[in-house]
Amino acid sequence: MTAPQRIPEATMADAQAGATEIDAELRALYQEVILDHGRKPRNHGRPARVTREAHGNNPICGDRVTVYLDIGADGLVRDAAFEGRGCAISLASASMMTELLKGRSRASAERLFADFRALCTGAEGDGAAEAEDPEAIERLRVLAGVRDFPTRVKCATLAWHTMDAALAGHGTDEVTTE
Amino acid sequence: MALASLAPGANSTSAFDVERVREDFPILSKKVYGKPLIYFDNAASLQTPRQVIDAMTAAYEDCYANVHRGVHYLSQHATEAFEAGREKAARFINAPSPDQLVLTKGTTESINLVASSYGRTFLQEGDEVIVSVMEHHSNIVPWQMLRDEKGIVIKVAPIDDEANFLLEDFEALLSPRTKLVAVTHIANSLGTITPLDEIIRLAHGVGAVVLVDGAQAMAHLPIDVQALDVDFYAFSGHKMYGPTGIGGLYGKAELLEAMPPYQGGGEMIDLVTFEKTTYKEPPHRFEAGTPAIVEAIGLAAAVDWLSSLDQEEVAAHENGLTAYASERLSEIPGFKLHSRAKERTSIISFELDGTHPHDIGTIVDRAGVAIRTGHHCAQPVMERFGVSSTARASFAAYNTREEIDVFAEALLRVKEIFG
Repeated sequence: MTAPQRIPEATMADAQAGATEIDAELRALYQEVILDHGRKPRNHGRPARVTREAHGNNPICGDRVTVYLDIGADGLVRDAAFEGRGCAISLASASMMTELLKGRSRASAERLFADFRALCTGAEGDGAAEAEDPEAIERLRVLAGVRDFPTRVKCATLAWHTMDAALAGHGTDEVTTE
Repeated sequence: MALASLAPGANSTSAFDVERVREDFPILSKKVYGKPLIYFDNAASLQTPRQVIDAMTAAYEDCYANVHRGVHYLSQHATEAFEAGREKAARFINAPSPDQLVLTKGTTESINLVASSYGRTFLQEGDEVIVSVMEHHSNIVPWQMLRDEKGIVIKVAPIDDEANFLLEDFEALLSPRTKLVAVTHIANSLGTITPLDEIIRLAHGVGAVVLVDGAQAMAHLPIDVQALDVDFYAFSGHKMYGPTGIGGLYGKAELLEAMPPYQGGGEMIDLVTFEKTTYKEPPHRFEAGTPAIVEAIGLAAAVDWLSSLDQEEVAAHENGLTAYASERLSEIPGFKLHSRAKERTSIISFELDGTHPHDIGTIVDRAGVAIRTGHHCAQPVMERFGVSSTARASFAAYNTREEIDVFAEALLRVKEIFG
């Protein structure tokens, strides 16, 4: 049994970060690339041809996202798009995800998701070379700032969980981040 | 109590000594991210004064034992202290007798108790229950569960674009089929104070029973269940400067007496044999199992603490803060206030120029300001305003204008980042 922790200052203050450090963390979270995707999400809206779709829901904030996929006969993603409303982080993540899905097999998309999740939680392995797609992960690295904001990791991964459900292919699956 | 009638900050600092009040709250001297904590998430849970913390510590150190059954010294003391919690809370809402106050886990359990016990026994298929569109999920879902089980019909009383409760529309929903009205006293998402006197009078006019969700009201308005003539009144300890895990359900004596038990177990029985069990009278009939003993003692201390303040001064202080915040924040380009009801309390629900509330919450958090962002467990009213979430700042007795100034600066930072 461990004694109840006396919370404190250290935990609450996250090491009493100074003003500039806090500013740097916020700047890292809200980089221009993210703000740009948040303002002008790419591949937003239901495309003409959809073979798989899934709905995602973040019960904490009430945000919802729908991911649309067009999977070709060869099993590769021909088109990916999304609809939904959310914070800057979730919109940017969804937007960038759709850009990176085209041409991928289900297995490749799932491995990219696993790498992205590790990026967001700071659990990246030591082998960057083992990443499914190092170049894609480098592009997604602008979202790595969420690791300093644990409550925001779900914002970044909601669209990816939803994509995963769409790939699993049960038609209109509903996934939540909880 | 109408906010509109108060000039910004009128009387808010003359008599009320906010620094004195702040000294009672150990947590307010903490820092987050190196900044003084500014706690504006009071509608979710109020902070706890030292007097409550001390009373609970003392209960564990000096008089802790299980209640109601022991003949020994400690159990008798614990029982007295526990029942004193009930008595104090009952007096605080002017209940005619402590026997009319069931101690529960909180507002949610209180409402579920009424839905399960009263609702299942006295409501039939086709009977109508009216709720308002701005109810917390805890005053919606129990009725939906009852609808699924019994086939009752749920009707929803609307609000206008300023979040005022629409009394005439409510009246139009009433009919002899209306058997129960379940309505909030203060909407947690918006701060609207509902016109309870008229709602209760009109509902009683068609023979309906009225349950009020008083969670947000206990710390902000004087409550008199007899003057209101309300049938059930539900509240939570942690929304009145007390601990979590304890709350209450006031009920009219004849209603509580007619209601069957809600859960079975110890504490609520008179005599048990395998052939037949008889139940205790209210309130113990509804309190199966060992209750939240120390929390009830904390609740008593919270009532004492609240009663030590001049309620009118507190209300003037909080209304002053709300008016000041509304004015100060409205200077920020793109600030949109959703809490605009004529009668409202110290809750400010807002949006900022298309910036998602979560992004606002994260940025102001780094300035030490704790606000709520999301749907506030009130998704239907979010939908009413065409949003999935809002940012919400809610003020308590210990908040100050200087804190609102820091908050306003932090919101400007949001504008800076999002451009």
